[in-house]
Amino acid sequence: MKGTQDHATLAEVFNRDEDRVDWHDGALWWIRQKRDRSANLTPQWEELREAASAIKSNVISNLHDYLLQFEDNLKKNGVKVYWAADAEEHNQIVYKILSDKNINQMVKSKSMLTEECHLNEYLADRGIDVINSDLGEYIQQIDNEPPSHIVLPCIHKKKEEIGELFHEHLGTEKGLSDPTLLTRVARNHLRNVFMTRRAALTGVNFAVADTGEYVVCTNEGNADMGAHLCEVQIASMGLEKIIPERKHLGVFLRLLARSAIGQPITIYSSHFRKPRPGQEMHLILVDKGRSELLARPDFRDSLKCIKCGSCMNTCPVYRKSGGLSYHNTISGPIGAILAPNLDMKKHADLPFASTLCGSCSNVCPVKIPIHEQLYKWRQVIVKEGYSASRKTFSMKAMALTLSSPEIYNTAGKTGRWILNHAPFAINNKFNPWYKQRDMPDSPEQSFSEWYSKNVKKS
Amino acid sequence: MSSRDSILAAVLKNQPPLTNLPDISGFKVPEEDVVEKYKNTFSGIGGLVYSAKNIEVIKNHIRENFDTEKRIVSTLPALSDVAEICSASVEPQSFEDVELSIIEARLAVAENGAVWLTEEVMGHRIIPYISQHLAVVVDESLIVSTMHEAYAKIADEAYGFGGFIGGPSKTADIEQALVLGAHGPLSMTVYLIK
Repeated sequence: MKGTQDHATLAEVFNRDEDRVDWHDGALWWIRQKRDRSANLTPQWEELREAASAIKSNVISNLHDYLLQFEDNLKKNGVKVYWAADAEEHNQIVYKILSDKNINQMVKSKSMLTEECHLNEYLADRGIDVINSDLGEYIQQIDNEPPSHIVLPCIHKKKEEIGELFHEHLGTEKGLSDPTLLTRVARNHLRNVFMTRRAALTGVNFAVADTGEYVVCTNEGNADMGAHLCEVQIASMGLEKIIPERKHLGVFLRLLARSAIGQPITIYSSHFRKPRPGQEMHLILVDKGRSELLARPDFRDSLKCIKCGSCMNTCPVYRKSGGLSYHNTISGPIGAILAPNLDMKKHADLPFASTLCGSCSNVCPVKIPIHEQLYKWRQVIVKEGYSASRKTFSMKAMALTLSSPEIYNTAGKTGRWILNHAPFAINNKFNPWYKQRDMPDSPEQSFSEWYSKNVKKS
Repeated sequence: MSSRDSILAAVLKNQPPLTNLPDISGFKVPEEDVVEKYKNTFSGIGGLVYSAKNIEVIKNHIRENFDTEKRIVSTLPALSDVAEICSASVEPQSFEDVELSIIEARLAVAENGAVWLTEEVMGHRIIPYISQHLAVVVDESLIVSTMHEAYAKIADEAYGFGGFIGGPSKTADIEQALVLGAHGPLSMTVYLIK
């Protein structure tokens, strides 16, 4: 936990190592480029985005009935269904399912929702050990650090650092950093985990209301290794993961991996519908702020998100500050518009961690107008009184200056005089603009001075 | 009031006015040789793809390229002299030592190289994921261009489990270096038959 440090402070720490920032930036931009190549090769790409957006609009507008339909079909298929209002309730439900069967070990595949709920810690406190099976998530887990990216959990780590972690936790030889060899070690270690776990938990990428099935997408095959070997399979999903019909999967599966990493599809797209003989399947529907977000007309479209991460890969601020600077499980542009709904005070800084360049909106497969929502959140945050006091003060000072011609002229004259005669008064560490920027050259005269001299006369 | 009731009530109260679903029947790709496209896409991903005249060719290829001393399983009765035909009534953990599994696909998708398998053709759900190597037999007439066509063929089938599999398992979590062979099979071979 980074405590109460805001994005700017954390980003400053990240930026001390310029080479590292360049490396992180380059790695993510390369993934953005893979996304572009893949999108450009897909006919009707923009129409697909539009269709995905429209399907999700329909879902949001009919969520109540779709949830009932989904629950009904799940039950018909033999899946046990639970509803959790918040993280605590979700964690209690998982704990009960496991403890009822005397299970004290579980393997988990990627689930941002359970990461947000701090499920692993909750279960550990109660004597249940959870291992993250996604390689990136596993690396973060043994390093006791949250994932920095929702798709690429340890994109911020170098292979030597990962090698060091494996040396410490898995006994590999010191200095081993070859990705293939490290992956093979993880494969063998986690294979043993899969073989011995009676319980497996997965996330849900898409939940089909019409058939009661849900789809889990991975490249590693870890969700399947957990699910098909266990006695008790649990799936945790946010309410918004619903899609109406099976055929809509065609639209979303064509968009997801291309947007995320420039692949035409994830290696495994597994459709779970019924438990296999001798197995139990449980599904937990989680609210945790989603029904509240549904009530906000300016922000409800963020519920369309399919968690591809493309906004993170393109965002210049994310690329140069790293996901951990956002102090929220979901980071980057989408994190910045989801988090204030969950805790406006804690995450008031996030919508300001943006240049509003709009690149995120441009790549979003479901066309969430992310940069517009960032701007709207800023207004809400300032109105609610959560903006940093220095920012509030300077906004008020600016409003005063711009609303009064006299104050504006005086301020302009003073500013020009200082820049010309005493630049050291502004070009120092007390001026936030001066950090890594030069101040502009001072013009000889203001526009109104030029105007009254040259134009007014004629 | 249970959480279920309060969540549903909140959703009903807060959801915006209904907007309609879009028509997605217009998604098509230009006319193409799906077999060629499939081959190029699948090998581009790191999969191995071969055209096989008949089942004998497949058997010979298996004998030459895989360790037949190790355990090979299949749900294709025609392969019974190179593979063990799996029994349904065993524990999934019993397949831990499978070196190669050979399964027949229900269909395949040219735009992404994926095959569609359902649990009936898998024998056991775990088999295509736990084997060290995976081989899939695909009838060329079952290759479609896009996922839309795939779902049109799948229609309302009431499978208990089905999966698209698009190549050997992989990860790039360590410094974006692509490694084939994460937790699923280390390699995937597709045999195309007519």
